[in-house]
Amino acid sequence: MTTKQRVPVRRTAKLFVAGEFPRSESGRSYEVFAQDGRLLARAARASRKDLRDAVRAARAAHPGWASKTAYNRGQILYRVAELMEGRRSQFEAELADAGARDPRRGVDASIDRWVWYAGWADKIGQLLGSTNPVAGPYFNFTIPEPTGVVGIVGPPAQALLGLVSRLAPAIVSGNAAVVLASEPTPLPAVSLAEVLATSDVPGGVVNILTGLTEELVPWLAGHMDVNAIDVTGVPPADLAEAERLSAENVKRVVRARDVEPFSDEAQSPYEVTALMEFKTVWHPMGE
Amino acid sequence: MTDIAKKATSALEEREPVWQYADAPESTDIVRLEPRYGLFIGGEFVDPKSGTWFETISPATEETLAEVADAGPEDVDLAVRTARKASKDRWRKLPGSQRAKYLYRIARQLQERAREFAVLETMNGGKPIKESRDVDLPLAAAHFFYYAGWADKLDYAFPNRSPRPIGVAGQIIPWNFPLLMAAWKIAPALATGNTVVLKPAETTPLTALLLAQVIQEADLPPGVVNIITGAGETGAYLVEHDDVDKIAFTGSTEVGKVIRRTVAGSGKRLTLELGGKAANIAFEDAPLDQAVEGVINGIFFNQGHVCCAGSRLLVQEPVFEPLLEKLKDRLQTLRVGNPLDKNTDIGAINSRAQLSKIEDLVAAGVDEGAEMYQPACVLPERGFWFRPTLFTNVSQSHRIAREEIFGPVLSILTFRTPAEAVEKANNTPYGLSAGIWTEKGSRILWMAERLKAGVVWANTFNRFDPASPFGGYKESGFGREGGLHGLEPYLELDG
Repeated sequence: MTTKQRVPVRRTAKLFVAGEFPRSESGRSYEVFAQDGRLLARAARASRKDLRDAVRAARAAHPGWASKTAYNRGQILYRVAELMEGRRSQFEAELADAGARDPRRGVDASIDRWVWYAGWADKIGQLLGSTNPVAGPYFNFTIPEPTGVVGIVGPPAQALLGLVSRLAPAIVSGNAAVVLASEPTPLPAVSLAEVLATSDVPGGVVNILTGLTEELVPWLAGHMDVNAIDVTGVPPADLAEAERLSAENVKRVVRARDVEPFSDEAQSPYEVTALMEFKTVWHPMGE
Repeated sequence: MTDIAKKATSALEEREPVWQYADAPESTDIVRLEPRYGLFIGGEFVDPKSGTWFETISPATEETLAEVADAGPEDVDLAVRTARKASKDRWRKLPGSQRAKYLYRIARQLQERAREFAVLETMNGGKPIKESRDVDLPLAAAHFFYYAGWADKLDYAFPNRSPRPIGVAGQIIPWNFPLLMAAWKIAPALATGNTVVLKPAETTPLTALLLAQVIQEADLPPGVVNIITGAGETGAYLVEHDDVDKIAFTGSTEVGKVIRRTVAGSGKRLTLELGGKAANIAFEDAPLDQAVEGVINGIFFNQGHVCCAGSRLLVQEPVFEPLLEKLKDRLQTLRVGNPLDKNTDIGAINSRAQLSKIEDLVAAGVDEGAEMYQPACVLPERGFWFRPTLFTNVSQSHRIAREEIFGPVLSILTFRTPAEAVEKANNTPYGLSAGIWTEKGSRILWMAERLKAGVVWANTFNRFDPASPFGGYKESGFGREGGLHGLEPYLELDG
């Protein structure tokens, strides 16, 4: 058999839930096209049930992830960068299909963003925690803690960098995430799921769903066991409704600032603390 | 047998070892030593211009492990000039995000080669393999990992202060944690964009030289890290060199003062991490069994060759008897001997000179009227060894209560009130660390507020973490290593 005769094996694009790769329980999929109109894949079209499963998996994974040492979480995020570097040609090809002008640059920036946020794991508390000089014999201190389960609507622009820029700051502090991949360009997210699955990130810490944004966002925004939602990828027309739905359990609603995605401005420790709670402890002092 | 050894033997009580263990030696096959190591300058190992070399030994066997170069003034000058060039040409211009990647590489390589480093550390320094394996190596790697993360975040650490590198740092480190101290020094210096000339201790150069190999493999630009071996004179040349911008020294208070005088008027930046005489303070409500473990760890960890060792134990009077009895029982279970044995608790004293110093101070303790207790244990015939030792009936004026012994020797004193404990704990020119043992949280914080020490451990002791600042009050030095605070000594800052 010559190389010309060989028929390539195609990948099935699946969901990523609780560390596993199920198809949608609904049995549905949707077509994903390249910029030039080629059919690239049929991605799983996640249902409301898939979303609930993903939230349940995230909730179950959160305590274990949050109780790992910050140093350990930092090393695990760094490991994600290591593995992405090894699979960069795959990401570059997917970004090219998705219409990226400079796929190499997109992959470079995505890897470096993991490294950058990895470094914050054991520094955020030092920078943004405090001891508070209250007027009395008390030792009083404030520490940031992860808020819990975060829903992330992946932005359609910058299919890889856009997602990494929202996901890394969400999980570095110990949150678990349910990600809705960009609807038109979900394949880099599917590949990222495959990296995460082999990178020491515990199953369920990141769950990635592909499907129709319009259908999934209201279910995510209204879910009572999601603590915060990143609406960066929510279409402007649907934003108000997502925020209204988030009111029921008082979700924290965050979105990326409007900055150049490749610039240093697009990364910030305040993206990490936006998805954290500040806890203050009082303790008496005395003989 | 020396006089002091005779006294020690006469003080032995008839207690049999509690448990018997089979030998469990760690293999040394993993370590491949060169017969001779040059100076690591400009990314290469080079022969010293001084033309002189010295032997480095295992303190447990007195066998020669390798020869290392003895750097003279010309060698030091070459190392400093090389570091300066690397700083100007490349390192200080490289973005922090890229400096970070080199540090991450070094961290990962230390993790990958952890066992090799641990075995070599134990061979050259005499510390138990379980300590080099479980403490020194993980912490050294963690330190590089932690500071790698700061390299591109300095503007967050020092907002509105335009952080920028100082230039060339001369770093002189001791023999008690050879690789770990190298990591404490190199990692923050590189993260902040400085280049370094590091001088490891005379008796323990080998893991620093293995680190030089790691640095080569990490493709760190040549000259960013230079490692020069030698004795105190080599260190003095480095301190005196005109083109060094900063000196970071960890070692004795005596040498620290000499360095302070030497750099006076030169404008060189300086940080000193010096000696200690820490008090471990046990209150009557302390969880006694836990306190015993902490006190034992506090003084016998690394043979007591620890600047922050809990070398004074202050016990509240009501629990003096039970605590002492438990300490004696626990002492009997400590295994002294071959540091490569995985069950060894107390390894070899680092050098003959250090052994003499310990023996002298212990003899002074006996002469001044303190009561010595040592467990029965057989010491190896070759090498440098000292039995774990307790002193009671110690008064504040005794030399063993005032001077840093830097060996496995604990002086026990008593107190009645918390205020008296504070008074006694602070009654020392040192101020590196302190320990508090009590179940009362409010008392821990009350004590911590009053203790003049840079690190206070509560219901634990000898904990270290790259995220946690470390350093002393008073004659234990100035400057902090570790944490965000550990960046500042390596930066020029506005405001």
